[in-house]
Amino acid sequence: MTSTAHSTSAYIKIFYLLLVLTIVEVAIVYLGLPKMLLAVLLVTFAVWKAALVAMHFMHLKFEKRTLAVVALAPFVLCVFLILMLMPDIFPH
Amino acid sequence: MSEVAAAHLEVEPQESPLTPESWGKLGMWLFLAGDAMSFGCLIVGYGILRHASNNWPVPKDVLGINLTAFMTFLLIISSVWMVLALAAIQENNKARFNKFLGLTILGGAMFLGCQAYEWTHLLGHRLPELGIAFSNSLFATTFFILTGFHGMHVTGGVIYNTSVLAAVNRGRYEAKHVEIAGLYWHFVDLVWILIFTFVYLL
Repeated sequence: MTSTAHSTSAYIKIFYLLLVLTIVEVAIVYLGLPKMLLAVLLVTFAVWKAALVAMHFMHLKFEKRTLAVVALAPFVLCVFLILMLMPDIFPH
Repeated sequence: MSEVAAAHLEVEPQESPLTPESWGKLGMWLFLAGDAMSFGCLIVGYGILRHASNNWPVPKDVLGINLTAFMTFLLIISSVWMVLALAAIQENNKARFNKFLGLTILGGAMFLGCQAYEWTHLLGHRLPELGIAFSNSLFATTFFILTGFHGMHVTGGVIYNTSVLAAVNRGRYEAKHVEIAGLYWHFVDLVWILIFTFVYLL
């Protein structure tokens, strides 16, 4: 089994990274940045954190590629959902 | 030789090509992909309603983010305890496994306690003060649906993890079952990371 190979220290490293990213996220909310910049930064951090959890804790990094396709399918469908609703989001 | 190969094709394959360890793991991944669609629809719906509204409050001013930041910390550390519990059972260290899965369950239960406190505070004091009610505000509706749907997942996860802890100690479950429960628990953590950002911070 591939997952036995992971050491405890690697998990702790990911934990600290997640912790730092969360603190940075909360901190930049209080900085009073322009709305657009804040949104881009926050979404970037959130996706980064989600990817860390999926890759390291859920071991997606060590699974077959096809399983990653399964895991990514919902995100592709969400993009479709947004695109299909575009006429409603930006009506003329 | 070819006869053997042909006969082999007729029986059900013992191992999934995607997750050779167990079928259950593939099953959990497929369930989570479906579950992610549910959350995806709710989050996209929330985004579109928010975009279309012109009187959306600033979430952090209404909800407060200090307690929620702590709740995020609880779920993240609980996820770490879960991977440590899995590592322990894979090394056949029962005592260490019990300790870390116990902590995982405790982290989830504390998260639920914080959420119950938050909801009580919001519904009893904060929202009425601001004239916002569940029934007259898309902000409140989307907030309670998203956090409630997630809270139900955490509740399910705490029950699931507790039953896994019991089953391992009675010798009915082994490392591969813990790994599957872990996938669910990390998914709940992952979704909260997104909800925390989209609903509270943004």
